[in-house]
Amino acid sequence: MSGVPPALFAARLAWRQLIYDKPKLLAATLGVLFACVLVFMQLGFRDSLYTSASSAPLKMQGQLFLLHKQTEALWRPVSFERSILMRALGLPAVRRVVPLYMSLGQFKNMDTHIQRTLMIYGYDPTAELIHIDDFATFRSELQRQDTALFDVTSRPEFGPIKELIASGRDITEINGRKVKLVGTFNMGTTFAADGNVVMSDLNFHRVFPSRSLDQIDIGFVLLAPGADIAAAQAALLRLVGQEVQVLTYEELVRFEQAYWENSAPLGFIFGFGTLMGLIVGMVIVYQILFTDIGNNIPQYATLVAMGYSQSYLRNIVFASSIYLAVFGFLPGMALSTLLYQVAERSIFIPFPMTLGRIASVFFFILTMCALAGLLAIRKLKSTDPADMFS
Amino acid sequence: MSMIDVKGLNFAFGQGELRRQVLTNIHLSIETGEIVILTGPSGSGKTTLLTILGGLRLATSGSVVVLGEQLVRSETSTRIAVRRQTGYIFQQHNLFLSLTATENVCMALELHDLFSEKERVGLARQILTQVGLEERLEYRPQQLSGGQRQRVSIARALVSRPKIVLADEPTASLDKNSGHEAVEILRNLAKQNGTTILIVTHDYRILDIADRIINLEDGIIK
Ligand SMILES: Nc1ncnc2c1ncn2[C@@H]1O[C@H](COP(=O)(O)OP(=O)(O)OP(=O)(O)O)[C@@H](O)[C@H]1O
Ligand SMILES: [Mg+2]
Repeated sequence: MSGVPPALFAARLAWRQLIYDKPKLLAATLGVLFACVLVFMQLGFRDSLYTSASSAPLKMQGQLFLLHKQTEALWRPVSFERSILMRALGLPAVRRVVPLYMSLGQFKNMDTHIQRTLMIYGYDPTAELIHIDDFATFRSELQRQDTALFDVTSRPEFGPIKELIASGRDITEINGRKVKLVGTFNMGTTFAADGNVVMSDLNFHRVFPSRSLDQIDIGFVLLAPGADIAAAQAALLRLVGQEVQVLTYEELVRFEQAYWENSAPLGFIFGFGTLMGLIVGMVIVYQILFTDIGNNIPQYATLVAMGYSQSYLRNIVFASSIYLAVFGFLPGMALSTLLYQVAERSIFIPFPMTLGRIASVFFFILTMCALAGLLAIRKLKSTDPADMFS
Repeated sequence: MSMIDVKGLNFAFGQGELRRQVLTNIHLSIETGEIVILTGPSGSGKTTLLTILGGLRLATSGSVVVLGEQLVRSETSTRIAVRRQTGYIFQQHNLFLSLTATENVCMALELHDLFSEKERVGLARQILTQVGLEERLEYRPQQLSGGQRQRVSIARALVSRPKIVLADEPTASLDKNSGHEAVEILRNLAKQNGTTILIVTHDYRILDIADRIINLEDGIIK
């Protein structure tokens, strides 16, 4: 027996009570573990959705971006007149303007011949609108007719493109048109697009013959070095603000994230799932603490008769709930780390197990258990020592 | 000096129509070291009187002075102070099943900031030895017989050397031999330490241990 300070006597009694009854301990631990894994997965899916949703705008290079007023999300833009973008050239701070075209298209797997939808970006390859490593090495090839770059983070259903290119099989079909894949890049899939392809604006027009190059999806405004972005944004708004939105890089990223958080009911769904997990966990822990108090009413009443205070009894229950939180959390976190890796491998969206995530889930679980304890404590009211003698 | 001094105590349960008088004009004085047995028919108010004396139930009329403290209309803190100097033995042992005999007895000592862990364990083992359980110090209640469990709870009531021990039918759940053995131990330890004891019982086989027997009928001491 070690020297436990008097303040922790209640905690020690709680500990001894808890580890004495192994089946009860196992049941409670499993309940907390279940809630813990559920919360980890819900938050993981939510966050990976948000980060992956903005993987495209994160790669876009420009200082200001023009979007149609009705564009709600980048993956389904409403086109607008190229001439509106051209008007930006009237501002002295503007060095260059480049239109970006984007549209979902059909990409044929070279081995299985199955068509699958991915996002196709088209722009003048003399500009670097999307960050691509060693873009300069692809520039001249992209300017040739019917060429494209393939995003290697695309889902594997499109085929092992990198290996195929290396082995010389680099011709596939996009929207039924033969296209030569001249290289690969890294962008990242989203919930809206399973893969990405980049090509020149002219090739984009060949693949989507119905799309006029006068109708653009995003207008990139490249400012002169050292230009004041906020001032240029304000000036641009005065110039074209009637027709389009003018966003900075940060606003563009936020814009896409906000779409997933707000317009789609996804934030709510994940929040609901998290809450459900916590409520189920709380009910399980409450049930166990409540039953346990009920089984020990004579013992607790005896403690009160001896001169123990009600707060000592409350501390026993609280200490138990905290032990359960820790017992359930540790294996829950281990299992969730494993599941995050499985999820990352199977849906190709990053699932980082960050310290912040661990801290916030532990906080949730602790609160859940403490609330269960708080509810169970009401049962202590039935510990009247006068009823012990009868 | 009297440990317990009761004058003109009246006690009733309920209000108005439902009011039921349980104790009527009780006068009772118990001296230090006395062993008193309280008997009487079922429903006569024995347990009610015991809980008032132990500071577990609040009386509002008359005078109840225990260990020098007036308990009638007293503060909770006063009653808690009296509880801490009183040992209780119930009909059921009320031991924590998760704790060993020693740990259960230590619960009565952890209330007081007087001892280190080592001293508490030492005192617990000593009293368990005195009640004849030196072979069972680390046994849990479910590994003990009914008589042994009740002896653990006697040890728990006595370990902090209370001035008063209150027992309500301590032998009711025991067979004749272990019941008598248990109260015998209780009396011997009490006599050694000058402890005052009040035992409520129906068990006529243990009346011989008392210095004095009080009979309660319908809330009135006969
Ligand atoms: N909490 C209570 N509320 C209302 N009435 C009560 C309560 N406790 C006891 N009584 C009543 O008070 C009377 C005295 O009860 P008490 O328990 O003191 O009797 P007792 O002498 O200990 O009886 P027994 O020998 O059966 O234990 C009984 O009529 C009982 O019904
Ligand atoms: Mg009774």
